[in-house]
This record gives sequence, structure tokens and C-alpha cells, in this order.
Amino acid sequence: MAVDPAPDGAVVSARNLTRRYGTGEAAVDALRGVSVAVRRGELTAVMGASGSGKSTLMHILAGLDRPTSGSVAIAGTDLASLGDTQLTRLRREHVGFVFQFFNLLPMLNAEENVVLPLSLAGRRADPAFLEELLRRTGLADRRTHRPSELSGGQQQRVAIARAVVSRPTVVFADEPTGNLDSTTGAGILELLRESVEAFGQTTVMVTHEARAASIADRILFLADGLVVRELPRSTQPEILAALEELAAA
Amino acid sequence: MIRVALRDLAGRKLRSFLTALAIVLGVAMVSGTYVLTDTIMKAFDTLFESAYEGVSVVVAGERVVDFAVGGAPTVPEELLDEIRELDRVEAAWGTVESPTARLIDREGEPIVTGGAPTLAIGVDREQDTATPLVLSQGRWPTGGDEVVIDEATAERHRFGVGDEIRIAAGGPVETLDVVGVARFGTVSSIGGATFAVLELERAQRLLRKEDELDTIQIRAAPGVPPEEVIDAVEPLVPEGVVVRSAAEQADSEAGEVNQALRIVRYFLLAFAGIALFVGAFVIFNTFTITVAQRAREFATLRTLGASRRQVLGSIAVETLVVGAVASVVGILAGLGLARLLDAVFTAFEIDLPRTAQVLAPRTIVVSLLIGIGVTVLAGLVPGFRATRVPPILAVREGATLPPSRLAPLAPWLAAAVSAVALVLLGLGLFAEDLGTRDRLLTLAAGAAALFVGVALVSARLVRPLAATVGRGTERLGGIAGRIARENAARNPGRTAMTAAALMIGLALVTFVAVLGAGLRGSVVETVDRQVRADYVIGARDGFNPFPAGAGDAVAAAPEVEVASSVRADAALVGRDETAYVTGIDPDTITRLYRFEWVEGSDEVVGGLARDGAIVTRAIADSQGVGVGDRLPITAPGGTRIEPRVIGIYEPPPLGSLLGDVSISIDAWDETFPQPVNLNTYVDVRGDPIPEAAAALERRLEEYPEATLQTKEEYIQTQQRGVDILLNMLYVLLALSVVVSLFGMVNTLALSVFERTRELGLLRAVGMTRRQARRMIRHESVITALIGAVLGLPLGVFLAGLVTAALRDEGVVFSLPWLSLVAFTLIAAVAGVLAAILPARRASRLDVLKALQYE
Repeated sequence: MAVDPAPDGAVVSARNLTRRYGTGEAAVDALRGVSVAVRRGELTAVMGASGSGKSTLMHILAGLDRPTSGSVAIAGTDLASLGDTQLTRLRREHVGFVFQFFNLLPMLNAEENVVLPLSLAGRRADPAFLEELLRRTGLADRRTHRPSELSGGQQQRVAIARAVVSRPTVVFADEPTGNLDSTTGAGILELLRESVEAFGQTTVMVTHEARAASIADRILFLADGLVVRELPRSTQPEILAALEELAAA
Repeated sequence: MIRVALRDLAGRKLRSFLTALAIVLGVAMVSGTYVLTDTIMKAFDTLFESAYEGVSVVVAGERVVDFAVGGAPTVPEELLDEIRELDRVEAAWGTVESPTARLIDREGEPIVTGGAPTLAIGVDREQDTATPLVLSQGRWPTGGDEVVIDEATAERHRFGVGDEIRIAAGGPVETLDVVGVARFGTVSSIGGATFAVLELERAQRLLRKEDELDTIQIRAAPGVPPEEVIDAVEPLVPEGVVVRSAAEQADSEAGEVNQALRIVRYFLLAFAGIALFVGAFVIFNTFTITVAQRAREFATLRTLGASRRQVLGSIAVETLVVGAVASVVGILAGLGLARLLDAVFTAFEIDLPRTAQVLAPRTIVVSLLIGIGVTVLAGLVPGFRATRVPPILAVREGATLPPSRLAPLAPWLAAAVSAVALVLLGLGLFAEDLGTRDRLLTLAAGAAALFVGVALVSARLVRPLAATVGRGTERLGGIAGRIARENAARNPGRTAMTAAALMIGLALVTFVAVLGAGLRGSVVETVDRQVRADYVIGARDGFNPFPAGAGDAVAAAPEVEVASSVRADAALVGRDETAYVTGIDPDTITRLYRFEWVEGSDEVVGGLARDGAIVTRAIADSQGVGVGDRLPITAPGGTRIEPRVIGIYEPPPLGSLLGDVSISIDAWDETFPQPVNLNTYVDVRGDPIPEAAAALERRLEEYPEATLQTKEEYIQTQQRGVDILLNMLYVLLALSVVVSLFGMVNTLALSVFERTRELGLLRAVGMTRRQARRMIRHESVITALIGAVLGLPLGVFLAGLVTAALRDEGVVFSLPWLSLVAFTLIAAVAGVLAAILPARRASRLDVLKALQYE
């Protein structure tokens, strides 16, 4: 994958992002000037209470939403200048997604769901890589099952494999454990960490769980549309402490 | 509850609109048919009424045979003088007229206007004050070769006062001087009917009705009621002549036209019925889908205390409102459709009279009843399903409707309905003693049941069919095609119903095409079987009779080896059965026409003389006569003869070139008032080379209505008749295909709506807008092709059944491959068209909102 990192070594960089919803008196500022640089090969967690703007930030970073002001670049390409088709192609090549509600296509089987981004681009998966991916995600013997025949954890594994299969520049995971019990969730977090370690997969994860954030290399805390704090890799107690501090402030 | 239902409707405008559109079209067809036929009938009524303006009493021959070229019996001219003597009569005058006379245009072609008659009217000088015609230029004819023509003909064909114009009226063409131009007083158009007004004596000569009148029109003396005039005139008139008030006479003349229009009305209503039937499928499907999508809403209503009955009531109100609004719009659209149909008829060269459109209360009532009835009935089954939504669904993620209680019975139901369908079809086709009306109704019910049966089964066929036809789209569309195929098979019931709506239209179109191909084939066979001549002289339009003189003129040519003319007109035969009676030349007919004898041989034809008749087996059976029996015939002029049957033969019942009864040409000419030929068969000396044809054609110059054709050309002309009929049926069936198209748009739009979140995901992981559009389009095409895969064989099957029933009639089974391929392509194109809007919607979804959509 041709990645042209920005001068500061970031694969995703955002400057002075603001996002306003609605107009006039009903206007809400979800982001009020956020600058972020996602470094290659790192797992970055974005934390914050609901309404802090963390989901909005992720959507803008991933090119699903456009900022009111400020700029975003993925792999050196400024998103502001792209039309819908170019943006779609950029997502296809450079961005992978993992959603809270899995969002698999019910009529495709596990393997077909995994390779969907490649199929849409008219490409084929590298067979060796696909095999390794399916083995690591524990789906090797489930590949012909449809989503309705899979457990929640297995469905999320399919989603992760789908996000990683095209070796994108960055994977965005939106509350990946939000819809799973804690045991299953732990397995999913392990898998996400493993994809960072094994494939050097740059990942941005939005979460409100300290346990999830504890696998990140870097944790950004959002409150009221601003980045208010940043932590390096931390333990759960450290993260919880930081959250409490923020809540008290 | 009612308010909830209405809010729902208002909240889903597009969906309600599309649902309603299916009904609007069907109702428009119903109301349009009524409006069109009522309007035409009104126009004809006005036409006939105004023809007798200023007239109190009319004396005319009583019509014996409907739809005869010979018209009604005439009235002797002496009667006019006797009537004029009467005290109670202020004025009386006579007229003659002919519906078959033709003015000839500047290119030498007869001016034909299709539906409306061309009238040659003889005017008595005393008539001036009473005529419904208004002179706009020149003066009335006073005698000699003077004529007044109608405005439309004068304008369209550039004739004016001082010009010469030619007229053909059963004899050789005659040339007249135009001395005036007139128009019909009160009716804005008389359907393009042309007329030519001549002085009475000249008209009698032209129409060969010397000393005869078609009507005597009487104006009563001031203050004398028509009844008294009638009482005074009646003792004077001979048998077969009736004396009526002008109003009664107008009604009687309008009666024949109205009878024909009523047939047109039923014909058009049949197509309206088909469109409504397809519309019912669309509505049933749409309500089924929306009820499923609103399962959660119904569940919430139930938790809030709504009873099952209230839920059903809310859906009933919804269908009622949709049905009522759609019907009202449909009635209005019908007014426009009536104009369009009129234009279609005009395009097929059937000009109809026009007047202000008539919207009868009956039209409104029938349209409302049908529109609302169909909508409510089609919405009832989904409505019952909605009542079975358990309240718990309100709080559950991804609520789906419980499967219908009838679902396990569906295969049995399908089998039962199909069995009923086959019984009805079999009965309709092969039962012996069934009237035409009952037979048609049985067949229609059978076909409808078959469609329902196949639709019920088809849900099970969707998966394999989608897999088969989807293979092509997958190759074309890659992953988008693959997803499209899966989507089509995802909700088999829904896809099946959508496809079934299209299936009906396609099956009927195929049915018509296959049957048409069979008929085309049978034309070749039946003509070949009957005709041994080199040339056939027939009317230019291919079906009307032409003046007998044309046949005689050609027969006299030196190039002719043998020629044989066949006269023909309708008459009453035996126990008052209307039948075609032909006059044949006993000396020549068997050399040019091939009889297939049941009893008798070519030799008996020579013995026809004045007193013999040859009948078809059908007439022999229906009248219970055999060789040696007498068969009474009453001609349109009222003359009655009783020839003896001397032979029975079996013509090909479709496309027989002789009538049901044939008598000698001399006997025919003595019995029938107007000597007209159906055909004249000609063999030339030596080979039928173009020079010979040219020589014969020169002989026909005096008779522009007739045209000379080789046997092959004659076959082609007959086939063109079949083609015109086919094209007309295609146009009318297109309406039901359009209705099913709306159904496809509807289903797709609802599916897109339902799969919003999936679409969001696909777009997020890299599906371009183009790919999204392609995906929807492929799903649509797959659905349409399923419709074709079901509809085409069904149509072929039905046509096969009908062909089997008509095998004895010479209809052959032949598959019009090109048409079938064309229909499949049309189905695919319909799929592409139906997908345009839903695809655009899918591609324009806001990805982020779609992803968060619940």
C-alpha cells in the first residue's frame, strides 16, 4: 500500500476541526477545534462521555462526514477536495471499518463478507494473506456460514477481518465491544491488538470503556468538542482515574 | 385510530402515491372507456336526431338485417304523392342515401374515413327549409350533375365550388360539378363522415334506386301532433314499411351504431379489467411490505391498548382512502385517456364522431365502486396479518412479522387454485353447449385463476430462478450483481408478487403474439386451400365489398381466361339467423374456388339455377337442414326466397371466402338490393405476368374501390388485417404492463428504504454510487426477467390450449420467436426503467445517516 505520510509521520491528520449541526439558535457545536495526528502502526483510542464529539470526530476522520471548518488528510490526500466517487475510492483503499452492530450483509457468507471491500474494488484477496487472516480470526471453519448462523463475537470477528483484508492505511473501530458480553468483548480486543502487532495495522478506536482503551498505544480524551487530555499506553485504573478527573473538572 | 391511519398515509406520501397510481390507471381505463363510448353514442344520437330537425314523422322501410350493406328496404316513390295529398301534412319530401358511396380524391383514391359512413344524400327541392345541413358556400343542387360536398372533404382534399369531383356509388365512377359546400348543423364533427348531396332524381340514378326512396319525411301542418299524422299515413303504406315519429326513427337508426359501440365498450372494459387485476397484485404486495415494515408501529399501538379490530380498522381506513382518492383521480384521468384512446383509434384509421365529453353518473359510480373495492380487497389479507403482530415486538430489536397463518397452506392453495383454473379453461375451451358470452367469461376466470395459482407457486421458484437469471447479471455487474441476485431471492414472496404482476401482462402479450402467429399462418393455409385463381380482386381496404360492375369490367377483358365474381351481403337465414349469403357463378366458380364437400361435388354447383343453395356444415347443423330441404332467406331489402339445399361443404371456418349460404349469382341479384362483390377471382390466358395484371388494372380505373392482387398479395393484405388487430391489442395490453412497472418501482423503493443500513455499510466500505445504482438496477432486471420466465411460457401454454381448441378451424400453432425475444428484452428494459428512481435514491443516501438508521 502506497502510503505517503505527512511530514510529522501521521497517516491521518486533522487540523482545527469544527463541526456544527443545525443553524441559528438551535446550532450545536460537536467539535470546536480539534487537531489530531494518527501515527502509523499505532492503535489510538478516542474516549469521552456521550456527546463529547468522539463519534463525530471519527466520522470526519474516516471521510464519512465533512467538517464545518478545518482540514483532514488520509495518507496525504486532503479530503476536502474530493467528490463522492473519489472519496468512496479513497475509503475503499485506505480505510477499514468495524461497527458496534457488526453490519454484515445477511445474504453473503462469512468469507464473502470478509472480502467485500476487495470485491467492490474489483480485486481479489491475496490467498495466503486471506488464509492467515481467517486463521487468526478463528473463522477458518466458519467461512461458508451466513451471519445468521454466527454468534455475535464471530460476527464481529468477520467485521474485523473485513476491515483488515485490504490492508488499509487505517482501520476505524466504533465501540467494537459495545454490543458484546465482556468475555466475548475481551477476545475481540485481543484480536484488534493482534492485528496491530502482527500486521502493523494502524487503528483508531472510539470507545467509552476503560478496558478497551487499555489496549491502545495512545489515548485521546474528548470533552465538549475539544481534546482535553492525552495518555500514552495506560492500565485500566490509570484510565479510570483520568476519566474521573475529567468528570470532576 | 382513524387519525393514526390518515397520519400514516400523509407521512408516507411517495409510497401512497405509487400504490395509488396502480389503481388510478385501472380506474382511468374503466372511466375512459365509458366516457369514450358514451361520448360517441351521444354524438351519434345527436347526429341522427338533428338529421330529422323540423321533421315530425318519417316513413321508412323496416330494417330486416343488421349490418347489411343493402341497408333497409326502400319505400315506393308513389307513396310520396299520396302523402302530400293528406290534410294534416304541410310538406313531405323523399330522400335516398347510401353508406357505401365514396367520393374520390384528387389522387384517384376513395376517401375513406373508417368508422363513420360516407353518405350520398338525395335532396328533394321541397326539403330546403328542413335540412340539418347548413350551406356555407355556393348553392343547393338543382338537378343535372350538381353536387354539394361537406366542408371537411372540401378543405382536406382541396375541392371548391366550380371544381369537378368524382363519386363511386356501386357503379362506375361518375363525375359531378361542385356547386356548394355545406356542414352538418349541430354536431361539431360527425366523425369525419363525408357526404355528397345531389338533387333527388340524380341521386336515385346514381344509387340505382329509381322510383324508390329510403325515407319519406313529413312536416305536420301547424298544430297537428305527429300521432295524428301517423294515423293518417299508416293505412297508405305497404307491408315492411313503418311510420314513426322523427324521434323514434332517430333512435332506431342510432340503435345499430350503439349496438356496435357496446361491443367496443365490453372489449375495452376487458382490458381495464386486466389492468385492475394487475393493479390488485401491486396493491396487495405494497400493503404486505408496508405492514411488515410497520410491524413495530402496530405492536406499539397494541401495547397502548389498541384491539386487533382497531388495527384492522386502521388499515381498512387507509386502503379506503387510498382507493377513494385513486378512483377520483382515475375518473379524471379517464377523461384524458378517452381522448388518448380516440387518438389511438384515429391512428388505426377509425375516425369517430366527437362532441363534448359525456361523464355519466353511472361512470362515476362504477369507477368508484371498482377502484375502492379492488383496493380494499387487496389490502385485506395484509391487514389481517397486521392484527397478528404481538405487542412484544414493540420492544424487540429488528421486529419482523410472524409468518402468515395461511403460509403452510400456500402450496395446497396454489394447487387448488391452479386445478380450478385448468377446469375452467378446459370447460371454456372444450365444452360443447356454451354461449359465446359464458365461454369468454369462463375462459377469463380460468386465466385469472391460473395467474393467481402461478403467483402463489412462484414464491418457491424465485430462488432457483434468481440464481439462473442472476448468473448473467453477476457476470455483468460483479459483486453489485451478486448482491442484487441475493437481494432478489431474499424475500421470495415479495419478489414473486412483483414479478407476477409483470408476468400477467407478458403472458397476455405472448398469448396474443402466439395466437396472432397462428392466425397469420392459417391465413396462408385457408387462402391456399380455397383459391385456385391467379388473381383476386378485392376492396382496397381488404374487407368491404366493392361494386359488382368492377368484376364484370375485368371479366370482359381479352386477357381473361376465366373470371368468377362472388356477391355477398348479410341476410336472415332459416329461423332468423343472421348469416352471410353469397352469390356464385355456377359455370365458373369451381374452376377458381376449391370446395371441400361433405355432401355433393363440384358437379352439383352447375345445378344451382334459380332455386338451389349450397350451405356450410355449420349452417346445415344449426338450421337442421339437409340436401333436399328448403332454406328460407330474407334479404336486407325484404325479399324472401326459399331455395332448396343441393350441397353441403366444409370451409375453413376462419377466413372462409364464401358466405354461410351460397346461391346462384342470378338469384342473388334478383333478391338483394345492392349488387356488391366480396371478391372476383381471375385466371388469365397464359402465365400471370405483370403485363396481364396491368391490362386488368386498367379495366379497374372506373372502380377505385376495387384493387387487383395476386394470390400472394391477397394473403399479405389479409395478414395485414391480423397485424393491425395485434398491434391494437399490444397497445391496450401495454397499460397493464405499465401498471406492473409501478409495482416494481414500489417494491424496489420499499426495499431500498428497508435496507438503508445495509446500503450505508456498503457505501462506507467502498461501494461507489454507480455500483449502488447498478445493484438496484440488477435486482430490478432480475425481478423483471423472473416475470418474463413465468409469463412467456404461461402465454404460450394458454395460446397452445386455445390453438388446440381451434385446431379444426385451421389455426396452427406457431411460435413467433422474434416476438418472444423482443418481449424478454422489453421486460429487461422495463426492469431498468423501474429501477431509475429507487436506484437514484439508494445512491444518494447519506452514508452516515444510513449507518445510524434503525
